[in-house]
Amino acid sequence: MTNFSLWKYILVLGVFLFGIIYALPNLSPPDPAVQVSLQSAGDTFDSRIIQSVSKIAKREGILNENIEVNQKSLLLRTNSYEEQIKLKDELRKELGPDYVVALNLAYSTPAWLQNLNATPLKLGLDLRGGIYFLLEVDTDSLIETRLEANAEDFKRRLREESLNFRSVESNEESVTFLFSTEEDKSDSLIFLRGFLTDFEIDEESESFKINFSREGVTSIQDYAVQQNLTTLRNRVNELGVSEPVVQREGAKRISVQLPGIQDTAEAKKIIGKTANLEFRLEANNRTLRSRKEAFDFRGVSVDLEKNIIISGDKVADANVGYDESGFPQVNITLDGEGGAKMHRSTRNNVGRKMAVLFIERKSVAKEVILPDGTLDLIIEPVITKRVISLATIQSALPNRFRITGLDSPNEASELALLLRAGALAAPMEFVEESTVGPSLGAENIRLGVQSLILGLFLVLIFMIIYYKIFGLFANIAVIFNLILITAIMSILSATLTLPGIAGIVLTVGMAVDANVLIFSRIREELKNNSRATDAIIAGYDRAFVTILDANITTLIVAVILYAIGTGPIKGFAITLSIGIVTSMFTSILGTRAMVSLVYRNNQARRIWI
Amino acid sequence: MNFNLDFLRFRFIALIVSGSLILVSLATISIQQLQLGLDFTGGTLVEVGFSETIDPEEIRIYLEAKEIDALVQAFGSDKDLLIKIPSSENIENANIVIDSLREQYSFQLRRSGFVGPQVGGELRDQGGLGLLAALLVMMIYIMFRFQYKFAIGAVVALFHDVLIVLGIFSIFRMEFDLSVLAALMAVIGYSLNDTIVVSDRIRENFRAKRKLNSEQVINRSLNNTLGRTLITSLTTLLVLFSLLFLGGEIIRNFAIALSIGVVIGTYSSIYVLTNVLLSMNISADDLAERSKDSFDDGMP
Repeated sequence: MTNFSLWKYILVLGVFLFGIIYALPNLSPPDPAVQVSLQSAGDTFDSRIIQSVSKIAKREGILNENIEVNQKSLLLRTNSYEEQIKLKDELRKELGPDYVVALNLAYSTPAWLQNLNATPLKLGLDLRGGIYFLLEVDTDSLIETRLEANAEDFKRRLREESLNFRSVESNEESVTFLFSTEEDKSDSLIFLRGFLTDFEIDEESESFKINFSREGVTSIQDYAVQQNLTTLRNRVNELGVSEPVVQREGAKRISVQLPGIQDTAEAKKIIGKTANLEFRLEANNRTLRSRKEAFDFRGVSVDLEKNIIISGDKVADANVGYDESGFPQVNITLDGEGGAKMHRSTRNNVGRKMAVLFIERKSVAKEVILPDGTLDLIIEPVITKRVISLATIQSALPNRFRITGLDSPNEASELALLLRAGALAAPMEFVEESTVGPSLGAENIRLGVQSLILGLFLVLIFMIIYYKIFGLFANIAVIFNLILITAIMSILSATLTLPGIAGIVLTVGMAVDANVLIFSRIREELKNNSRATDAIIAGYDRAFVTILDANITTLIVAVILYAIGTGPIKGFAITLSIGIVTSMFTSILGTRAMVSLVYRNNQARRIWI
Repeated sequence: MNFNLDFLRFRFIALIVSGSLILVSLATISIQQLQLGLDFTGGTLVEVGFSETIDPEEIRIYLEAKEIDALVQAFGSDKDLLIKIPSSENIENANIVIDSLREQYSFQLRRSGFVGPQVGGELRDQGGLGLLAALLVMMIYIMFRFQYKFAIGAVVALFHDVLIVLGIFSIFRMEFDLSVLAALMAVIGYSLNDTIVVSDRIRENFRAKRKLNSEQVINRSLNNTLGRTLITSLTTLLVLFSLLFLGGEIIRNFAIALSIGVVIGTYSSIYVLTNVLLSMNISADDLAERSKDSFDDGMP
């Protein structure tokens, strides 16, 4: 016997079966598909629309059996991502705006596997094609606006309580309240204390200065990023992409992954409105000069009040509609807080005009000459503001109102889009973008798989030549390892990327290391005249510590890579760490099970190694 | 394989070789610097595929006429072009390039990318920091599992490997991008793997073969592990070469960096570690196994 108990055999067999089952769905990868569904949820499909869809599909070379009719949607399977996009464009063009045409993936995993939650691997954008954006939320400007808004609010409260203050001075980081007497100051401070939880207070004898505390800043940041995340998700849904990923990256960034899409222009138009909105009243002759600003509205200058009624993040929804006489209009819905503010501001200003101000930000790198004569690149934010709508207030506005008097349906839909797009808590800018075409994606898969197969083949041949039957055990373990990596990545729904494939390929090269260590130990033991079974036991035992030390250190590297890395490095780190763990299992326990099974009762001094 | 080579006879030659390689690397990194890729510098990149052979110079001149100052190079084949605009002031650059090209050429857009100035600098710092963090954590692990002399030896070996790979990238002006950084991390992992296997044997032999002096023990250990070291390097290189020749243009630099790293790592686990150990007078006493049957309660 070689000291290998029954439960270990069962464990190895169990893990093997588990690996097979969860790796299985990858044999039938999902088909690129186009989904057609109805714009409004209540309706169902009639046969007419199904017929016209299948006519278009037939023209595009899609067979009838590839059309799945569900209650609320149609799913058309295509043969390639290129075909999919072409079909989507055609359907969109011909079906018109009443139907939602979206890219999708049709899984072909058999039902019994789906019941076990076994799904195929997700492919990264570099393998599948698609667009990646990284956006940074400009929270600094939001903090500044919030500080100013709070200062206004505190002033109002102090006035309402008849608490006297001399003046209020504010700059970008702090607001200072100045008082005539020390008593006024302390009275005001006592009154305001409850509202100042998010602030740091710096007290002087006749004044106090407030600025956001670290927690205050963090909570504003979190709010802004969270709100923008939600807005981005909504905007991404408008694009009709299957399996988009919108997630937070670190403190201030959001990444967007749009698999399958190639049209950057369309995506950017919707995602990339790195803008926000402000609703403001048009200035009238009573407005102080210091309280108004001039902006451009279709080439004409308009004066607006500095005071902001609400900003874009209060817009819950905006869409195009038509009034009784068929003229286009934009219906706007505000959230509760926004509605209250809008009502308060408009009820006394009926007959005046209200403007929607559109604010866009981007960074421009500029070369400057430093005092010492050297050139340096600095990054400057550039802000452009323009008025996109100027309409007369007909009555006090509740949280639902409409903007009429628009020239064309196109203008209406553009305005509605901008209003929806403006629902950002803070402006954002693109800091990274990448697009991978579908042909490059397919090529990357092909190259990755080819090099994996060639590498694997070379290693397998070498191992058989060098270690004979034991080489065969090691080879089975390597293949078992590949199956396990695939299975675990499928379960974790980790995304496979090109660097990820490189990680797997590297794992194959290094996975045999453990077996090489074990086998050379066994050979050494045999040379010292041990019996075969003793040599095997000793070989495994003595190599184990080395393997453990070596793998733990590599795992440390992989974990650090994962922690600090972005995109490609993360992909590499994931497969490498999974590979390290699974390869330890397969090359130690897996081969041991095979060796023990074959050399169960072997007392010989010679084994074929 | 049964080796009986006198490795340590060449240890001073190895010292000179390693020393001069490191000096040359440091010199070239500080004078010629690294050819940092878009990932680190920020900028715009467009890869386009034409259906027939195309001259990069033709496209460069064409773009110049459109007031686009771009770097154009063949990528992989003479039908593929990589167009780079180093400044990252305008995210629309990629679209401008594509639109201008469409006016006169028909091609397939393979990929495009934009890295803003904020991200590039950050990645550079993160990458450097990550390398240092990886080195530090491993040093602690080795100190804990072996002994501090091994930790110093391992870290010197890792610095040695990483510096030389960087030096080679700098001398040959190969582009250093994120994938090469990942390869460097993998080199660290790989080289460490080798170093640990050798250290492990040295520790074992110091305990088992009390009669031999330090040099003999180390020499014996190197011979013991040589077979395994060579075979593992060979299988890893087999795989890396298949990545290099079949993996395509995007992972070429990754494969090159890692291949160089594996070769250097193999050498460093034989000579760099042992040179450091011997210069610190490693001896059996450093690795005395705590006796299992005597209980040390810390009392005199």
